[in-house]
Amino acid sequence: MARIGVVVFPGSNCEYDAARAVEELGASAEFIFHSSTSLGDVDGVILPGGFAHGDYLRPGALARFSPVMDAVAAFAAEGGPVLGICNGFQVLTEAGLLPGALQKNRGLTFLCQPTTLVVSSTHSVLTRAAQVGARLVVPINHFSGAYTCDDTTYASLVDHGQIVLRYQDNPNGSRDDIAGVANEAGNVVGLMPHPERAMSTLLGSADGRVLLEGFVSAREIVH
Amino acid sequence: MSSVLQPLHRALGLTDAELDDIRQVLSREPNPLELALYGVMWSEHCSYKSSRIHLRRLPSKGDHVLVGPGEGAGVIDAGDGIGVAIRIESHNHPSAIEPYQGAATGVGGILRDVFSMGARPLAVMDPLFFGALDDARNRWLVEGVVSGISGYGNSVGVPTIGGELTFDECYSANPLVNVLAVGALPTDRLALGVASGVGNYAVLLGSSTGRDGIGGVSVLASAGFAGDDGAASLDDAKRPSVQVGDPYEEKRLIEACLELLDHGFVVGIQDLGGAGLVCATSETAAKGGVGMDVDVSAVHQRELAMQPFEIMTSESQERMLAIITPENLKSVTDVCEKWEVRASVVGHVVSPTTLPDGTSVGMLRIRNGFDGEVLAEVPASSLAHDAPLYDRPRQRPSDLDAVRADDPTNDEPVGDAATDLLGLLLDPVWVYRQYDSQLFLNTVVGPGRDAALLRLAGPGLPESKRGIAISTDSNPRWCALDPKDGAALTVAESVANLACVGATAKAVVNCLNFGNPEHPEVMWQLSETVDGMVMGCNALGLPVIGGNVSLYNESGGRDIDPTPVIGLLGVIDSLVAPPPGWDWNDGDAVVLVGHREAAGATPFPLAGSRWATRRGRRGGHLAGFDATRLVSTFNFVTTEVALICGGASSDVSAVHDVSGGGLAAALAEMAAVTQRGVNVSQLEGHAELFAEFPGRFVVATSNAEAFVARALGAGVPVTILGTVGGTTVHLGGLVSINVAEIASRRGAALEEALALN
Repeated sequence: MARIGVVVFPGSNCEYDAARAVEELGASAEFIFHSSTSLGDVDGVILPGGFAHGDYLRPGALARFSPVMDAVAAFAAEGGPVLGICNGFQVLTEAGLLPGALQKNRGLTFLCQPTTLVVSSTHSVLTRAAQVGARLVVPINHFSGAYTCDDTTYASLVDHGQIVLRYQDNPNGSRDDIAGVANEAGNVVGLMPHPERAMSTLLGSADGRVLLEGFVSAREIVH
Repeated sequence: MSSVLQPLHRALGLTDAELDDIRQVLSREPNPLELALYGVMWSEHCSYKSSRIHLRRLPSKGDHVLVGPGEGAGVIDAGDGIGVAIRIESHNHPSAIEPYQGAATGVGGILRDVFSMGARPLAVMDPLFFGALDDARNRWLVEGVVSGISGYGNSVGVPTIGGELTFDECYSANPLVNVLAVGALPTDRLALGVASGVGNYAVLLGSSTGRDGIGGVSVLASAGFAGDDGAASLDDAKRPSVQVGDPYEEKRLIEACLELLDHGFVVGIQDLGGAGLVCATSETAAKGGVGMDVDVSAVHQRELAMQPFEIMTSESQERMLAIITPENLKSVTDVCEKWEVRASVVGHVVSPTTLPDGTSVGMLRIRNGFDGEVLAEVPASSLAHDAPLYDRPRQRPSDLDAVRADDPTNDEPVGDAATDLLGLLLDPVWVYRQYDSQLFLNTVVGPGRDAALLRLAGPGLPESKRGIAISTDSNPRWCALDPKDGAALTVAESVANLACVGATAKAVVNCLNFGNPEHPEVMWQLSETVDGMVMGCNALGLPVIGGNVSLYNESGGRDIDPTPVIGLLGVIDSLVAPPPGWDWNDGDAVVLVGHREAAGATPFPLAGSRWATRRGRRGGHLAGFDATRLVSTFNFVTTEVALICGGASSDVSAVHDVSGGGLAAALAEMAAVTQRGVNVSQLEGHAELFAEFPGRFVVATSNAEAFVARALGAGVPVTILGTVGGTTVHLGGLVSINVAEIASRRGAALEEALALN
């Protein structure tokens, strides 16, 4: 059974949801408090959504200094699967583990709504079980979700297949409709939509399962 | 003595008679600090001195009621070892002055009420009432309030799953911002705000104490706005009484408090809200029948040179008071350190004092150092429970008969029904998409539908396949015409909303928003409203387990229309599939379930309808309240939907309550969200399209014969209205509008009114 660590910063709020989702997929979840300097023996790490350290200064800007982030960086460098969802994505970009940055939404309001994602690349621990071109209904829930990067970075993302998910109808002004990106190796992924909120038709969509299923079983592939 | 200075007690909001009462309690002159304590604790907002005499008529008992009115929140037993806590509050006056912070701190305050019971807050709802949007200040208020709720609620990590949005000119200078919160707890974690155990400590948790919010309950919440322009002219004078919120502090406080309760480190716990530390210490001591020594110098302060009265009455946000045993102090501070929450021992629980006459009374002693000078010493219960009780004069408005006689139901000419219908439609999505409505993975039906429906699940709760449903409802248009029947019909409307998601109503909380209680007409409205609520709740078998009264909602001498808001909590025993919602299919038969005509003399009353109000017609007679027909219809619809939620197959594909905007609006809303038209042939004219009275549902079914047979078997009348299909909404030759036009007008109405596009 895969063991997934879920990092909890003060101000995180999707940690229980992320844990419940991976447990539903047969993995075990354990919370790792931000003050911890070790991840323990885990097969993957999720940085969940929320408002780490209140999002003060700017989303993710303080969380990158939490002690646990050195351990996350070391785990990522070894090829360990790392997933940042929403605020977790913002933290990963601030920590330099993913390229680019997340700006305030076009329209300058918070947006909580369903979106349709298009799988653009399966070269990542998150999208490895999906099909390129597949359309997945997954909700967004953010104020600062407009992905941005410079032209050089963008060209590199395209060249290496690092744009893993795009919005079918861009809700927030993200460059090139980008909803999620991976690092070059594909083991670190961030996305603004919440796949853990799309685990059941009872709640509107089960399309997030294929993403998280791929993630919780990714360690076997990496090894 | 200077004759130009106002006496201190009056400046603190106390009357001369109330000062005499205080002298009698103390058998001496109160000192200035003591007067300040009474000033806030005996304010209208804290003491309910004008409304208590009426509120006690409300039913509050029930086998499933674990905690009734008087605690931080009411709690019901929802089954499976899970208690559900619910509370409603108002934050009207702060929001009128500073909309972002007023609304934000309203959310923060109500969450503390809920987690003070040991419940994890799981959902928030926000009934909002504003003046017309052709006024720039009203648009500013809407944007500020919505972003305050969004900014605080999303960050603190509690989903906002619904509410209400009402526009009426009576709220122009005095908007209403109510907030309801629901939480859940394992029933064995239930906590109460009681101090006990002589020698125990009172620990202040959370934010530091500043000068913000001093006099919030008395200066701000317990007086009207004097100027003709409402809050606008008083902004500067009253703004310092508005508190400032920090959702990050609150989030850490929630996690720390729930961890303390989980470990059993806490004997009692209470939030600090209105009237701050004096309220929390006097109420916990009074409930426990003990005394408490409070050391003002031990309170962590964020400003220099704060006076004892400022420390005791500050309404600084994000603070809790926990009563703990001395042995647990280290464990408590360890948990607080983990969550970066400040914790200071500010009080000691002490024995009651024996008076010369032999009775014993718990004294609240304010000291400078636990062994230092006693700055104030008053019976805790005199602050918490012994505020004066007023039976203020009541007077039926002298123009009421004339208003009722001016009934719009038979107005001629009636005008163009299609234009009227389009003008009534408004999709509030611009508001609710700014709220996280999905956190905790429980939201089966979110904002914008008849009622919200959640899985009954959350961190630390026992497994359950049950669900809970919540709605908020109000109808000031009805209550202005007839506060008694209007309130009873509003309770019925709430139950109808819960029926649409298959939930059985279990308990009511109410927020009674009224004008100035010193106006006899307002007190008459309040008393009649309570009577109507008693009638509605008794008929529908509902206890009222908590509430809030917001008075002095007036400006320039004009009172708001009576605005009782009903928060209703229901339970569904098995929630494994979503309810049908509004998603009808081509070819479905459209059936009106319930009595087609209203109880009373007028079959299709337009009095108090949105159709009439939009035409400036505010008179007339409401539909009657007929409990028998309502109960059978609600039970039938609830059963039909609950079966679907439990996983059974059904011919029912859509269910929608007929409410604001009448039958026409209900049909148009279903058409708009599905992009499927409807053809309804038989209608009794425009009055049937727009009449508003509860007890009717639009149901779409793939098997009309079977559905009708079940309804008739349950003794519920039905009328087959027509068929789903096509791209046009045809209503009895009165309305013929393309579905795309309905959807686009409905979708754009709010943003256009806010001048955002």
